[in-house]
Amino acid sequence: MFPTPIAKRSRRWQLTYQAVLPFALILWLLPLIAVAMFSIKPAADFANGNYWGWPSSFEGFANYGKVFFESNMPRYLMNSVFITVPTVLGAIALSSMAGFALGIYRFKGNLLIFFMFIAGNFVPFQILMVPVRDLTINLGMYDTIGGLVLFHIAFQTGFCTLFMRNFIRALPFPLIEAARVEGVAEWRIFFYVVLPLMKPALAALAVLIFTFIWNDYFWAVVLTQGPSAQPVTAGITEFNSQFRAAYHLMSAGSIVAALPPVAMFFLMQKHFIAGLTLGAVK
Amino acid sequence: MSSTTTPATRSWYKRNEIAITPWLFLLPAMLFFAVYVIIPIGQSVSISFHEWDGLGEKTYVGTANYERLLGIGEQKMDRKFETSFWNNLKWLLLYMLAVPAGLFIALFLNQTVRGIRLYKSLFFFPFVISQVVVGLVFSWFYLPREGLLNAILALFGSGPVNILGDPTMATYGIIAAGLWPQTAYCMILYLTGLNAVDPEQIEAARLDGAKGRKMLWYIILPQLKPATFIAFVVTIIGALRSFDLISVMTNGGPFGSTRVLSFYMFEESLSEFGFRMGYGSAIAVILFLIMLGFIAYFLYSMWRDERGVH
Repeated sequence: MFPTPIAKRSRRWQLTYQAVLPFALILWLLPLIAVAMFSIKPAADFANGNYWGWPSSFEGFANYGKVFFESNMPRYLMNSVFITVPTVLGAIALSSMAGFALGIYRFKGNLLIFFMFIAGNFVPFQILMVPVRDLTINLGMYDTIGGLVLFHIAFQTGFCTLFMRNFIRALPFPLIEAARVEGVAEWRIFFYVVLPLMKPALAALAVLIFTFIWNDYFWAVVLTQGPSAQPVTAGITEFNSQFRAAYHLMSAGSIVAALPPVAMFFLMQKHFIAGLTLGAVK
Repeated sequence: MSSTTTPATRSWYKRNEIAITPWLFLLPAMLFFAVYVIIPIGQSVSISFHEWDGLGEKTYVGTANYERLLGIGEQKMDRKFETSFWNNLKWLLLYMLAVPAGLFIALFLNQTVRGIRLYKSLFFFPFVISQVVVGLVFSWFYLPREGLLNAILALFGSGPVNILGDPTMATYGIIAAGLWPQTAYCMILYLTGLNAVDPEQIEAARLDGAKGRKMLWYIILPQLKPATFIAFVVTIIGALRSFDLISVMTNGGPFGSTRVLSFYMFEESLSEFGFRMGYGSAIAVILFLIMLGFIAYFLYSMWRDERGVH
């Protein structure tokens, strides 16, 4: 292990390390802690200039209650869910099939198609913006959840295919050959041999795509307009103009908007990290 | 029953099963990807040679959009484009700090003490939050009156600074906000990488008397190469994609000093002053060409690895 395990160092080193650790963490998360603190303060504290002192009263329930009951926030949160979940399912379905084709079969253009998916995944969003917006309008899907979902599925398929193909490549190939010798149809090999082995990859991608899509802002602004279809990342700006300069409410709102992916991360940490490292760093 | 009525088609499919199946499996993904990603790139290039408000007819204007952007001929280079381009360069260079910073934190956290797993996840935390919230959090952190930054500076006796209101500092303020989640990302890449470092090599090097910085440079870093590669890829892409933070924190201001190409493109194409899709597309194409250089390099290294395996 590198650096040298702290257990092998002197007692003084160990104590210093243990003491520095929480301090470093607080420093690292300082901006976030500040917002969390804002979100439980009463409005009066801001009027009196008590920004950083102890809250004069605990108003957490009142502030978060306002977010949930006196704004469009619940609506935006629901929209985010309805955008994110179908995207995750769609992207994973498409890419596990594509990954299977690219990972198992040898045919002309295999590597070319694979590289197309990778390259497309790195492209700047702006080069897609005008045509995709135009296409969505022509399909009659501007400012609808469906319009966003279709685009997200298509775009995420690039990244997911990269991941799936590399994962399938690493599976033991003799397993598939054995199934072929037995006369199992190719589509059955996919469903009954390969898919069950892909469970870790499916979980990793699901968590990762959930976070990516939940946090998307650019496409939400380009393809949607109002509370009927906008996800929470875009809705938060409307929320903030509703509560202009009411920092306690804006802080509570942002924490609510940020929470679902955070919860997802803490619940599925192992899968999340496996996905992030593209499975390349083992 | 059915197998006896359609023997011809069945056997044809059976005979070509291995050749046809991959295409059937690829079809849906390729269709989606072509319609929403590949074809739009071509369309954008074509729109960039037109003048278009997004609704009416397109008027072909040749390379006029590019000439205006780059200042070819008698006109001067578009000042907003120039600012955006230099800001993009600042983003690209300063964003790279995330890689060594991530490595530093990873080395700091790569220990086995009580509760270290929780520490690691909490350090990673900023990456999971949406950039919109990161932007809000930092713009409140920077507030001249209410912000925590100035409260801390006051403790040291420094005067209040209005980072996002000062054209010379605003871009750096936003980049600092962006470095926060990006460093967390690089940190996690290195933490997983450090896990896979071969302990025998470390022991052998230790016996040879290597330690500290020398050990890191000659023994550890070479083994972390895959992690470093991915860290650079995601950081470069992240720097060139920067949009959310700028939009949330300054909306391009003050006096347009924080624009980058991706933001300027959006502004030109969908601003309240009218939709100039042709001009916007020209900006997008230039951004795309910059990115294409990096993409080509990434693909080349991946292709090299692919050939190495087989």
